[in-house]
Amino acid sequence: MIALLKRDIRLALRSGGGAATALLFYLAVVVAMPFAVGPNQELLSTIGGATLWIGALLAGLLGLERLFQADFDDGSLDQMMMSPVPLAGQVFVKCAAHWLVTGLPLTLVVPVFGIFLGMDSITIQAAMATLLVGTPAISFIGALGAAVTVSLPRGGLLLSVLVLPLCIPILIFGVGAIRAAVTEPDPFLPPFLLVSAISLFFAVLGPLAAAFALRQGMD
Amino acid sequence: MSIDTNTIVAPKGLTALANPTRFLALVKMLVPWLAVITVVLFGIGLWMGFSVADDYQQGRTVRIMFVHVPAVWLAMGAYMTMVSGALGVLVWRHPLADVAARAAAPLGAGFTFLGLVTGSIWGRPMWGTWWVWDARLTSFLVLLIIYLGLMALWNSIEEPAKSARMAAVVVLVGAINIPIIKFSVEWFTTLHQSASVTRLGAPTMSAEFLYPLLIMGLAFLFLFLTLHLMAMRNEILRRQIRSLQRRAAREVLK
Repeated sequence: MIALLKRDIRLALRSGGGAATALLFYLAVVVAMPFAVGPNQELLSTIGGATLWIGALLAGLLGLERLFQADFDDGSLDQMMMSPVPLAGQVFVKCAAHWLVTGLPLTLVVPVFGIFLGMDSITIQAAMATLLVGTPAISFIGALGAAVTVSLPRGGLLLSVLVLPLCIPILIFGVGAIRAAVTEPDPFLPPFLLVSAISLFFAVLGPLAAAFALRQGMD
Repeated sequence: MSIDTNTIVAPKGLTALANPTRFLALVKMLVPWLAVITVVLFGIGLWMGFSVADDYQQGRTVRIMFVHVPAVWLAMGAYMTMVSGALGVLVWRHPLADVAARAAAPLGAGFTFLGLVTGSIWGRPMWGTWWVWDARLTSFLVLLIIYLGLMALWNSIEEPAKSARMAAVVVLVGAINIPIIKFSVEWFTTLHQSASVTRLGAPTMSAEFLYPLLIMGLAFLFLFLTLHLMAMRNEILRRQIRSLQRRAAREVLK
């Protein structure tokens, strides 16, 4: 399991692996936002949290297509299925690797992007906290989409269409928590805990369903 | 070698319907009856709906309810049909389960769309806006996207057996949205009113409005059954045509 984790991280970090591309894409989305809404500092800081979340969601989806693609092409996926370790466990590890190379870096660069968007330090902290607990859910839900679309020639678009509706609750509560952190009467904790709960829920359901779909797809 | 026909046990119930010919015969028998019942129910329901007195608050627009609420019921009902179809695919491997699930998807999408449009038309005079991003409306829009995504998934995998299993997995995971829609009006404070028919104890709606609504609900249910059986028949015929075409193509190659 550890070997699989290390292998996946190494593959992703290597040139052309996609981790750096996801970060660049994230930067591009965040930079495009001020052009779209105009350089109004006040407006930008209000929608800053939402921008960061949208960027993270799209950047996360971007790399998901490749989650099983390479393994499917070179036959490692068949090896994984035959190994004594449960497939769901391996999918979980692959999701964790995906998160470590996309979700975690996306969270870590939030302070820099936050300054771009004119957010204050409390908002930045809130955004980091929600992204830290929320982005794993994107990886776990995405694993199901990736498993279903792995053998399709152009599965990437379909994957996004299937996964995005399921990601909407995370987006709602994630952005809600960031907003609640700055507006006074609203408590930050309930939406934050809901995001964590959704992440944990999909950490169980996602790999199980993905492993099931992978097995069904092989014949 | 002759087979002793007496020892073969005739399959019963749903298993018997696994034979497409038998199923098509049943559909042929049922569809005219269902269609007649649908038309009669719509006639009664619409007549009752239009002859009902104006609501003391909502005025004439209350009649939108007789279309809106049944459409929304059936939008969720069609999803539950897909869920049972998905279970049928994965658990019992019933050959018609995928056909049932697949035929329900466009119908469900249609009812969802109808529910959204009528809700929007009703919302304009009542709430003063066509659309708000509240929990019930948003989760319902998500349902529409799930329906359309599933239809795309079904269409993009060529092999029927594989597309059936893949779509079944996604149908089951997407089913999380159904309880969210149902209870969104109770979990969150929204503009949309909470349930007034299916609640414990008596419905909080006067009988004058309730009866037309229930009859319209039945009419929509029968409409769904009729269309669903017809769509399943089309899907079976489509598959038969495809396999005939393949056989014909193979003949040419020989």
